[in-house]
Amino acid sequence: MTQQTAAASTATAGAPAQGGAAAHHDDHHDHGPAKGLTRWLYTTNHKDIGTLYLLLTLVLFFIGGLFAMVIRAELFTPGLQFVEPNFFNQMTTLHGLVMVFGVAMPGFVGMANWQIPMMIGAPDMALPRLNNLSFWILPFAFLLLLSTTFMEGGGVNFGWTFYAPLSTTYAPDSVTFFIFAIHIMGASSIMGSINIIVTILNMRAPGMTLMKMPLFVWSWLITAYLLLLAMPVLAAVVTMMLMDIHFGTSFFNAAGGGDPVLFQHVFWFFGHPEVYILILPAFGIISEVLPTFSRKPLFGYASMVYAMASIAILSVLVWAHHMFTVGMPLAGELFFMLATMVIAVPTGVKIFNWVATMFKGSLTFETPMLFSIAFVVLFTCGGLSGLMLAIAPADFQYHDTYFVVAHFHYVLVPGVIFGMYAGAYYWLPKWFGFMYDETLGKLHFWLSFVSVNVLFFPQHFVGLAGMPRRIPDYALQFADYNMISSLGAFAFGLSQVIFLVVLMKLKSGAKATDKVWDEPQGLEWTLPSPPPYHSFTTPPKVEQ
Amino acid sequence: MTEGQSRVSREIYDLHMLIFWICCIIGVMVYLVILWSILTHRRSVHPEPAKFHDNVTLEIVWTVIPSIILLAMAWPSVRVLSEMYDHSEGEVNIKVTGHQWKWRYEYLDETGPDRVNFFSSLATPRDEINNIDEKSENYLLEVDEPLTIPVNTRVRFLITANDVLHSWWVPDFAVKQDAIPGMVNTAWTVAEKTGIFRGQCAELCGKDHGFMPIVVNVVEKPEFEAWKATKLAAAAEMREAQNRDWSKEELYELGEKVYGQHCVACHQVNGQGIPPAFPSLVGDGIVLDDLEKHVDIVLNGVSGTGMAAFGGQLSAAELAAVITYERLAWGNEEKGDGRIVTPKEIIQMQSGGGAQ
Repeated sequence: MTQQTAAASTATAGAPAQGGAAAHHDDHHDHGPAKGLTRWLYTTNHKDIGTLYLLLTLVLFFIGGLFAMVIRAELFTPGLQFVEPNFFNQMTTLHGLVMVFGVAMPGFVGMANWQIPMMIGAPDMALPRLNNLSFWILPFAFLLLLSTTFMEGGGVNFGWTFYAPLSTTYAPDSVTFFIFAIHIMGASSIMGSINIIVTILNMRAPGMTLMKMPLFVWSWLITAYLLLLAMPVLAAVVTMMLMDIHFGTSFFNAAGGGDPVLFQHVFWFFGHPEVYILILPAFGIISEVLPTFSRKPLFGYASMVYAMASIAILSVLVWAHHMFTVGMPLAGELFFMLATMVIAVPTGVKIFNWVATMFKGSLTFETPMLFSIAFVVLFTCGGLSGLMLAIAPADFQYHDTYFVVAHFHYVLVPGVIFGMYAGAYYWLPKWFGFMYDETLGKLHFWLSFVSVNVLFFPQHFVGLAGMPRRIPDYALQFADYNMISSLGAFAFGLSQVIFLVVLMKLKSGAKATDKVWDEPQGLEWTLPSPPPYHSFTTPPKVEQ
Repeated sequence: MTEGQSRVSREIYDLHMLIFWICCIIGVMVYLVILWSILTHRRSVHPEPAKFHDNVTLEIVWTVIPSIILLAMAWPSVRVLSEMYDHSEGEVNIKVTGHQWKWRYEYLDETGPDRVNFFSSLATPRDEINNIDEKSENYLLEVDEPLTIPVNTRVRFLITANDVLHSWWVPDFAVKQDAIPGMVNTAWTVAEKTGIFRGQCAELCGKDHGFMPIVVNVVEKPEFEAWKATKLAAAAEMREAQNRDWSKEELYELGEKVYGQHCVACHQVNGQGIPPAFPSLVGDGIVLDDLEKHVDIVLNGVSGTGMAAFGGQLSAAELAAVITYERLAWGNEEKGDGRIVTPKEIIQMQSGGGAQ
């Protein structure tokens, strides 16, 4: 460590022997990155930080996946096999938290870092130091969160939704570390989204009006505003928990004049925009990939933008549809039911537009396209079960069963994760200059596609048959479907290892051309593959 | 989905099937178009892509038609929901309280000194859960004492919780209502058939969330009255019994039963608990030598931990019995002072005598 710090200081002092490139920071525009570990620690470069985000995402994806494997192993047959119920609860909690805050969110931030400057014709992000900070606090947040498992009294075990009072009065002592970790993740997201908004609004190339921006950029602009709105609310709710636990307040304690239901209102006021924060960037990616491999412009660009904006606005008006059984007044139930159903309209528009994009195109099926088509198909399935869940009277039967688990995994795994894979396979050759192994990519896709359905489709049935979620053991009539689901889970988990192989073999792949694909649209394809360290040193001209 | 056997549950089932088929039709239509594109618009058969990227008419059509379908779905939903939200009093009114990890049922319509009031907890033996014994038919869905209600009668449930959130769910009645500490929610049903109906807690409530089932026994009205009379007689007998003298053996015997219902989930059959969350009772200083403290903890709980206050949950005889049992079992009798407590003493303490 001391050696590296020394190397860094000599570099800044201008010694030519080591890190010469960094030393002449002001003299040359076209310089490469610094050498060694400090490159990654001190980097303010959007590509380096994007890579760091994506690496963290990959690590956490496998950690969170491991937790899911524990859950599915325990649920393979009825009875308690491998873990105690309390540890099972820790697994469901950490699986949810890691996948939401550690995979879906930083994964898309990583892609935004790589892509947004290149897509809008900018040299870098607008606030590079902030960018560095917003990444480097994240690993510590997750270390803190994961370390609770090893603490006396056990780790966080109250579900990723951490409803009070299970997460306050009845929580293990480690909950304080959890609160701190959530604060750090929230701070990171807020800084990241400020950076993205500032970059998009100020650094677009001349001629690129808002309505000329690529849809991935649009999706991130909207997402970043949602993050700015939602994350402080999450910070508020965990702060109230902290006060209840340590400073004798009673926000969520009815005995002290508070209200446990208040927790749920505040949490879901964050939580519902959050689910669109997770899915909107995936919408953006799909809207980039489908036109390229259909060789046809995106159908209904403007309506796609308006649909995303209306989804974002509606998303802050529907939070209590997660709480239909909490005992709300009838008027509240009706409002949240109807508002939720309205979301189906813009979501439908998006799906129809994607289908119309493919219609009468000239389709080829490279790995990114396969993931994108699967996204449209399976997201439609998850969207339709979401519409069913919106129907409040029926939700009394669906709520907190595996039907809900199936629904949100359908939108999050073949939704968010497939969207991320589509983006990764689409842009990897551009980022690193090598083509991935198409055979392995297709193998990865087909195994994932089949196993994800084996994994989650049966969960609709056990849910409708009456199996509650978050239970470590279940009645005998649920046994068959749970076994199928577990087998699917193991297969899905193993299939993801193929992606690691794809990444490791990347450097031995063929050299990627600048355009990589046939006729992709967008400024990033005008750059060489891999692109220069500072993407556009002179802004490109966008046709009016 | 369970069709169930009340009017509301059937209406919900019909609604569910309606939206299910609508969603299926929409889904299949979308999938067919995608499939059509994949098959006939692939580059090998369709090398020249079309150039269109907008069609206002089409876009208006696929905004308006879904909106109309949604309205068609919304109307019956509003109707069913309004019906479910009828909070008026029932012919039978039952308070349902969620505890970690059991349900308590109190029948509220009695005017006499005694009420039917009991806990209902999992009856599946630990050995079945731990895969030692073969699992029985109603594995994890059986309780020691089911909730009993009369058929064809409006029963209103007043649902609350004692510690964390729970949710009382019986699919056959389509009743699912969160149990919230400090709040009371209502739900109702009219059961149309006699028989046994099973459900489970539907809100994560800690370690044994998966092990607190609900069993409802729907019986004919006369049978219900008879059942209630027996329960009331037993309650009256118990009230009398608190004032008589109990032998050590009697207390131990009842105590073992009470321990099995209320304590075993955390402190385990062998009394060794799961430290540090759930401390061991074997050779513990309080259990061995500090009777006053021991009584205080059982009666008033320990705030900030999972230890509930049992003073309001159990009768004096049950409290005395379980404390006695804990002080005598697992070799504690030999190691400690062996002092026990009688129901009379508990009553004295509860009426202000001296749990302090």
